[in-house]
Amino acid sequence: MSDPALLALTALLLPAVSFLVLAIVPPLRRHGHAAAYLSIVLSAASLVAAVAAWRVSAAGGFTERLFTWIPADAGPLAVVGVLADGDSTLMLILVALVSFLVQVYSLGYLSDEALPSLGRYYTYQSLFAFSMMGLVLAPNFVQLFICWELVGLCSYLLIGYWYTRPEAARAAVKAFWITKAGDTGMVVGIVLLWYQTGTFDFLQLLQLADTGLIPLEGLGVITFCIYLGAAGKSAQFPFHVWLPDAMEGPTPVSALIHAATMVTAGVYLLTRLVWLFRLTPDVMEIVAWNGAFTALLAAVLACVQTDIKRVLAYSTVSQLGYMMAAIGAGFASAGFLHLLTHGIFKALLFLGAGAVIHAVATNEIFQMGGLWRKMPQTTIVFVVGALSLAGIPFFGGFFSKEEILGATMAGGFRGAFAMLLFAAFLTAFYMFRVVFIAFGGTPAPAHGSAESHVHDAPPFMALPLWILAALAVGVGIFLPFVHWEAEFEALHWITYAAITVAVLGIALAYLVYQRRAISAGTLAAVFAPVRIAAERRFWLDDLFAGIYRAIILRFSLIVGWVDRYLVDGVLNVLSAWTLMAGDRLRRIQTGQPQDYVYGIALGVIALLVWIRWPR
Amino acid sequence: MGLGAYLTLAAVLFAIGLFGVITRRNTIGILLGIELMLNAVNINLVAFARFNADVVGMIFTLFTISITVAEVALGLAITILVFRIRRTVVADHLDLLKG
Repeated sequence: MSDPALLALTALLLPAVSFLVLAIVPPLRRHGHAAAYLSIVLSAASLVAAVAAWRVSAAGGFTERLFTWIPADAGPLAVVGVLADGDSTLMLILVALVSFLVQVYSLGYLSDEALPSLGRYYTYQSLFAFSMMGLVLAPNFVQLFICWELVGLCSYLLIGYWYTRPEAARAAVKAFWITKAGDTGMVVGIVLLWYQTGTFDFLQLLQLADTGLIPLEGLGVITFCIYLGAAGKSAQFPFHVWLPDAMEGPTPVSALIHAATMVTAGVYLLTRLVWLFRLTPDVMEIVAWNGAFTALLAAVLACVQTDIKRVLAYSTVSQLGYMMAAIGAGFASAGFLHLLTHGIFKALLFLGAGAVIHAVATNEIFQMGGLWRKMPQTTIVFVVGALSLAGIPFFGGFFSKEEILGATMAGGFRGAFAMLLFAAFLTAFYMFRVVFIAFGGTPAPAHGSAESHVHDAPPFMALPLWILAALAVGVGIFLPFVHWEAEFEALHWITYAAITVAVLGIALAYLVYQRRAISAGTLAAVFAPVRIAAERRFWLDDLFAGIYRAIILRFSLIVGWVDRYLVDGVLNVLSAWTLMAGDRLRRIQTGQPQDYVYGIALGVIALLVWIRWPR
Repeated sequence: MGLGAYLTLAAVLFAIGLFGVITRRNTIGILLGIELMLNAVNINLVAFARFNADVVGMIFTLFTISITVAEVALGLAITILVFRIRRTVVADHLDLLKG
């Protein structure tokens, strides 16, 4: 088995097997633990296959394995399959790895759940792993879009995992319809592209783009529409509002779907299609500026959050903005690199936060305090994640973030570069604000009596944390040595600037929240207008809620009325008439054979008369 | 006598049989009516065979007679079974086919 496409196909189908078995055999699902072990074993096998596929295909080139799904006389209407190359198999490893670690972690995190709902959780997890891998390996737009919607569905199901809580149900619906708004644009873009070129296939499109056969007229609209879909999924301004609310789901789900894999699908899509986007520089510029703006906006928002998961959620939005900015500046490899490192350390941060939430049973950082005494292991891994995110040398995020800053500068986006640099400062600040408030200092009085049971995570949860922490550090140390291609000449001072702002951010957080040399109150007073606006989330959520109520709900009411009274009304009248006619006709069936004979005789006479009637 | 006389006889016999089938309340009476109708057909067949000098009609009549015998035996057997179960052979009471 040295065919990377076959290996990738194996990796793709193993979670599908797990999902199908769990979906078809209810006793297995209701048993909970059996479902969990099945799903975990198959996802481990899937990880092995993914690594093998990457090792073969890392050398370069494409391998395809296609199957006709809908055959037709003039060529197949739809083709599914896998397209394995260096990028897609690397992403495949990230998906399989985080998915596997999260499933192991969930055994500990969800140990208090009822068994049937644990089985449901693992069924969804398997479906998600399959759909995400299908998206990553998609050889054409059809499969990509189907998997794109499937991961959206899994996100909806898992955000609403605790569906009896109204906040969770509402957040699930919100995530669904906001991403759907972007997806509508994406469908339009895909169909328009097909109309212009006559193919959905990536490799054929790439060939057309290389030979300059894609008509440039109207291409900007197409790429912008596709970007809308990517922006919805990857939570770019103004679609970013769904991601913080998505934190209502279980924390491992946030780590997998809303940090490491699904939300990066938009970035991944743009990385894959960068040759298409290069043909439309205007759209690239939009991508870059919107990415930088999103990064800054979300970083400001993260500074005022008091919910540990919401801080991480806004930081995810911010980092996605970084990736988009790099792609928009024309250097997709920098964005993709940050996608991979971010996937590792953000999953680490979320799982660490999950360990904390599991122990203290609250999301509020001000009710934690002094956790480093009780949870030394969790503190170490969380700080590793925070250092990676802040961009300190020798940790995962440093190198890729510097790469992005260099990319925006090399692409000529000086304004975007300044925004990203300031966002980097804020990133270091808000991350270490959480670290110093939650882990440093003295225990908060709020849970004084309840803290006796606060302790480090059980082995099932600790193991994934340590693996991810080791990876975050390992990536940080080894990446500079294996740095393969430099697409641009990075300026040296950017490295020093990046380190300086990160250290400054940490230092400010240290002074304010650990030393308390600067009062948090005066800091808040100085930045009062920004703080108040940020606490209101810049009124964007209100705006969306207003649009939702004023337009979508009204429209739904009208459509609902039409459906209930016009469409259903016509059908009800018809069925009532049918019933009435049946009731009347029933009476002529007396059950007396003689009556039937009478009828037959009369009928024969009538026929004879009709035949012999003189015409 | 010409063919018309035989056909008239057969038609009258058929009408009497049909009248019996429709009006009799007793199952046995209905069976007798059916018998009359079948024999009207037999008269028709024999008359046509005689006047057209075609022996096939005669042979066909023999078949019809033997099948009629079997049919009557079957009908009477069913009537007896119905009587054992329902204690009646009056057609008005046998209305299981009612819709």
